[in-house]
Amino acid sequence: MLNELMDSPMALFSVVLLLLVVCLALWMLLSRQGRQAASVTGVGISTLRQRLGMSSVVVVGIAGVVGVLVALLAMSEGYRETLSKTGSADTAIVMRGASASEVMSVLDRASVTLIPQAEGIARDAKGRPIASPELVVAANLPIKGGSADDEGSVQLRGVGEQAWAVRPQVKIIAGRTFTPGLRELIAGKGATKQFAGLEPGHQIRLGSQVWTVVGIFASGDSLDSEIWGDAGVVADTYRRGGSRASVTVRLSDPQTFDAFKAALEANPQLKVDVDTTLNYFSKQSEGTTKTIRAIGITVGLIMAIGALFGALNTMFAAVASRAREIATLRAIGFRGLPVVVAIMLETMLLALLGGLLGGLLAWLLFNGYSASTLAAGTVGKLSFELKVTAKLLWIGVLWALTIGFIGGLFPALRAARLPVTTALREL
Amino acid sequence: MKYLHLIWAALFRRKMRTLLTLVSIIAAFLLFGMLDAVRTGFDDAGKSAIGAQRLQTGSKLSFIQTLPQALDAQIAQVPGVKSVGYANWFGGAYQDPHNQVFSFAVSDNYLDQYPEIDVSADEHKAFDNTRTGALVGEQLAAKYHWKVGDKIPMQSTIFPQQDGSKNWTFDIVGILHSKDKKAGGFFDQMFLLHWKYFDDSTPYNRGTVGWYVSRVTDANQADRVAKAIDALSNNSDHETRTQTEAAATASWMKQLADVGLIVSSIMGAVFFTLLLLSGNTMMQAVRERTSELAVLKTIGFSSHAVMAMVLAESVLLLLLGGVLGLLLAVVLVAGFHAATGGAIPMAPVGADIWIHGLVLMVVVGLLVGALPALRAMRLNIVDALAGR
Repeated sequence: MLNELMDSPMALFSVVLLLLVVCLALWMLLSRQGRQAASVTGVGISTLRQRLGMSSVVVVGIAGVVGVLVALLAMSEGYRETLSKTGSADTAIVMRGASASEVMSVLDRASVTLIPQAEGIARDAKGRPIASPELVVAANLPIKGGSADDEGSVQLRGVGEQAWAVRPQVKIIAGRTFTPGLRELIAGKGATKQFAGLEPGHQIRLGSQVWTVVGIFASGDSLDSEIWGDAGVVADTYRRGGSRASVTVRLSDPQTFDAFKAALEANPQLKVDVDTTLNYFSKQSEGTTKTIRAIGITVGLIMAIGALFGALNTMFAAVASRAREIATLRAIGFRGLPVVVAIMLETMLLALLGGLLGGLLAWLLFNGYSASTLAAGTVGKLSFELKVTAKLLWIGVLWALTIGFIGGLFPALRAARLPVTTALREL
Repeated sequence: MKYLHLIWAALFRRKMRTLLTLVSIIAAFLLFGMLDAVRTGFDDAGKSAIGAQRLQTGSKLSFIQTLPQALDAQIAQVPGVKSVGYANWFGGAYQDPHNQVFSFAVSDNYLDQYPEIDVSADEHKAFDNTRTGALVGEQLAAKYHWKVGDKIPMQSTIFPQQDGSKNWTFDIVGILHSKDKKAGGFFDQMFLLHWKYFDDSTPYNRGTVGWYVSRVTDANQADRVAKAIDALSNNSDHETRTQTEAAATASWMKQLADVGLIVSSIMGAVFFTLLLLSGNTMMQAVRERTSELAVLKTIGFSSHAVMAMVLAESVLLLLLGGVLGLLLAVVLVAGFHAATGGAIPMAPVGADIWIHGLVLMVVVGLLVGALPALRAMRLNIVDALAGR
């Protein structure tokens, strides 16, 4: 548990922050200065209502930063999760060597027959190896809601009966599955949202051929964005003969992966790359996830600078408007430290409010929002849902607190350095 | 104009506050400039004058399906087609399968379709005469430190050679320069090899072509020519789909991301915050100066003049911050473009972004100034001077 927490700088930061909060609370409870700080903070917070307009600048400014940051990170997280969920540790994918993705791989008929004979593959009730040779191609289909000429690309997977045994998460949710040997298709739930005419009973054109959509399937991962047909018929349409793109196998045990991989690589008749599907799909998502995250952080940083200066402005004004009050406190014996702490706490409280508000907005507006992109390593539109996770909300709160900390520090220092006599004389 | 110094003085009455507000405004418009550059980059991709004269013909089935090379001669005969070239996706990668290179196996006349790409006559000739020759974009060459004369290994992630090896070797014979740096990001990343050599060397291609690129004599006839090209293969097993380059690129960009929606959501959040933030600054500024404004009215400034001055002050504040922010965006976008080698479509901050930006500055300035200006206009001299 602790190891997991320590695996990133952010987690470390969180732990330090928690310790600081505990120390601060103890200090405020136990020491004289701490109690002073607590009472000054109380006064500041109770007068917040009089400074509602100004204080809302801090809250709304930070809410904007956190909202946008969390929404963009949720996009990268949703994309990553959709792809990595597609894979599992107990299935492996075999492709021709040095192929960057399934669609670029070609396995000839001989390889496709050899691969299922390797050690380590689980067997079904009839004793056959659970190995699914598949063909992955693209198809142009009209986009839903677009003009007649508006076509998009969808990934078409030609599968055999073992595809279902390899991927138990795939379920037919409407209609029926395709009949082998016929030009029939089933469409993923995500694909039906992106492309027109993917309803059971409808006919669609692939090139010059007419195919019938007979069912809808759902898997909850990136396969949802695909359409499936019988491998043999798809191979005919795309003139691929007996070749396939990949063979996905269910391992009898995740531990047998190494043996399975070694067996295939040692076979002189084969030139293939073997990977667990978990690893394969995680790798596919890496680049895009990083790009979206980098965009999120860049936009967030620029917005944070804007919000930070807004917070500075507000807190300087707050200090100025309370100059006499603060000077009075100092005159009757309050030290500088409690004043500094009080102003910092007030700013960070506002920041926390902003962070929570921004996170809440991002969650309300974007959690589960579906987006789509041309995914790296596939040849079709991949739809995925934005995922606002607890971790992302926590990141948002940390950003908010950081902005609040810096935004409160300088005004607090100024308040503590305020010359008592001049401040008292001010009107 | 004659009140400019007065407005300026009022604006910098509280230097600290104005400067802090200015930084916030700069940040907002910096973001606006950068995001609008990305949005324009996506919108404008493929929209060049030459691009409108170019047609792309691919398989109707899907973009990964190939077409017979025999179509070349037929397309060349279509009335309105000036010339036609073709290319195949080579799927090259350098050193590691994940270092993908935009590599195409192209027909001998492929470069003739792209007059906006510059290759010196000698290098073009060297390419024509070298079977294993390759032309590379200048940014790509710079990235991997390739020079003319280098022999480089390249993996194809799709096509093995006759012996089953996917390692190919090419001689770099020339460097491609795009004439229009603004639109040329992609050309500077390209790697071109001979289709003939490619087709002879791999058993997997067998005389097929990925797509055809044709130039039409008259861009206005492009749609008609596109239909005529598609009619060539109607009802065959290799039906085609022909689009102008602009339409094809726009379709890809749309599938890549709904950039417009993302950008406008972010900008919505940014400008809402900005409105509140600078609105507050102006409110404070006017509240503080109540007695000064009353003095102005006392000595004869009309209510409307006072209102106009407050409005001018807030517009000036927004313009100052906004222009600085956009200037910063100009520098950053240019730097970003150079750093990523144009991998992300990002237009330079040009005239239209400036116009958008300036309109936004004035509108936000007026909105922000409206309330304080009204307050200043309605100010009752006696009450204000008495501090009531």
